Amino acid sequence: MALVGSVRNSIETKLSAQHIDLVFTRDGNTTAVLNDISLEVAKGEFLCIVGPSGCGKSTLLSTIAGFLSPTSGEIRIDGEVVSGPDPRRIFVFQERGVFPWLTVEGNIEFGLFKLTRAERTLRVAHYIKMVGLGGFEKAYPAELSGGMKQRLEVARALAVNPDMLLLDEPFGALDSITRLIMRGELLRIWQAERNTIVFVTHDIDEAVQLADRVVVLSDRPARIQQIMDIDISHPRDISSPRYLELRNAILEQLGLAHQI
Amino acid sequence: MWPVLASALLLLVWHYSVVWTKTKVFPSPLAVEKGLAELIRKGLLWGYVGDSLRRVAIGFGAATVLGIPLGLTLGWYPAVNQVVNPVLQMLRPISPIAWIPVAIVMFGVGDVTAIFLIFLSALFPVVLACVSGVSNVPGIFRRAGRNFGLSAPQLLARVVFPAALPQILVGLRLALGIAWLVMVAAEMIAVDSGLGYLVIDARNSGKRYDLVAAAMLMIGIIGLALDLCFRRLREIRSVRWGFRHEH
Repeated sequence: MALVGSVRNSIETKLSAQHIDLVFTRDGNTTAVLNDISLEVAKGEFLCIVGPSGCGKSTLLSTIAGFLSPTSGEIRIDGEVVSGPDPRRIFVFQERGVFPWLTVEGNIEFGLFKLTRAERTLRVAHYIKMVGLGGFEKAYPAELSGGMKQRLEVARALAVNPDMLLLDEPFGALDSITRLIMRGELLRIWQAERNTIVFVTHDIDEAVQLADRVVVLSDRPARIQQIMDIDISHPRDISSPRYLELRNAILEQLGLAHQI
Repeated sequence: MWPVLASALLLLVWHYSVVWTKTKVFPSPLAVEKGLAELIRKGLLWGYVGDSLRRVAIGFGAATVLGIPLGLTLGWYPAVNQVVNPVLQMLRPISPIAWIPVAIVMFGVGDVTAIFLIFLSALFPVVLACVSGVSNVPGIFRRAGRNFGLSAPQLLARVVFPAALPQILVGLRLALGIAWLVMVAAEMIAVDSGLGYLVIDARNSGKRYDLVAAAMLMIGIIGLALDLCFRRLREIRSVRWGFRHEH
């Protein structure tokens, strides 16, 4: 069932980053990591940030999440300046973010301490089903595969109903088959929940398969080289000419050849 | 199976070493067994074992109850730790045995002194393990905790403590081993009951080396049992993740 591609529910801006600079100072040495980054994300949009390894895209995401403060410039979400982490925007690390001392259920209900016991049970059951971890409620993360741990982390993030999901190369540690499956799962969840998603990856194909728009960053210090609209509707055919066109455009932008 | 065979072999080696060297001093396994039976008949053995266990329980318990919150606090506030740590590092190498004269002056000869020495010996490993455990909690867990809106005390209780627990358990196990060791020394000097006391008393009153060896054997067996208990703790699901590579 095809859904119209860049569905932005309204032209309402969720996130607005203006002239973000980030400079790390350590032992007297300064390293500029982010250079004059400005970008806007619409509500309900799926945005990918792509760039070479080490360029600073994870740093940018951490700054959006509020774990780091920009050296200059400001980030606003829903008009409020971001000054620290908040449950309305949940950061998803690579599977190692799940808490190993808690079961699958324990992890998912971690953020739900303000709800009643009954509400918690309902929520947990709902999200276990949604990410396909049925039957593993009492299992510990050590017993789960990489893909399952990643699903668990996504379920934990979704359980608190955040407005925004910030995913930092979440599928990087998985094998390529699992990665393809997980991308489909994420899209399915996004289409059901309609959160605003900012997804960082070094994998260009992943970006073009998932995103409404792709932000291409340069090498460190990261600047925005280009923002590209992906105007293909879901489900996307990864052999279609338009897909290849867009993908190649990004490859060229990053100075990469089409042939190996 | 193998440990049992190894122990049996050891007993044989022991027995025959005694027989072949015709030693007048070192007892054979049979003599030790008879000595143990004698102690049980006189109603002494289990009383002594109970006293030793009681002192270690109280001393170690106190070290845990005080040491864990102290260690967690020091680990959580690195600034405080920077101030307190040098003091700890200076006190640590002072063997608890060197504290005996001070302890006797403070508490007199008796139970309290022994318990104090045991407490002191167990305290440092516990505190240091907690500090280490807290600082080794991966930053990712703390970030995730803050992300979900946890306050600092909630973060400490729901993220930092469970994450540090495997390392804290290692410290506790070490501390218990040290406490058991120090108990023997403390009982030799400060009290008149217990397994340590038995060792010194059996020698002093009649050179009963069979009873000395019997006491040593009991000390070893109970020490092993205590350690095995701790090993079982590691199996608990919510800490087992921290011990992945051990059996």
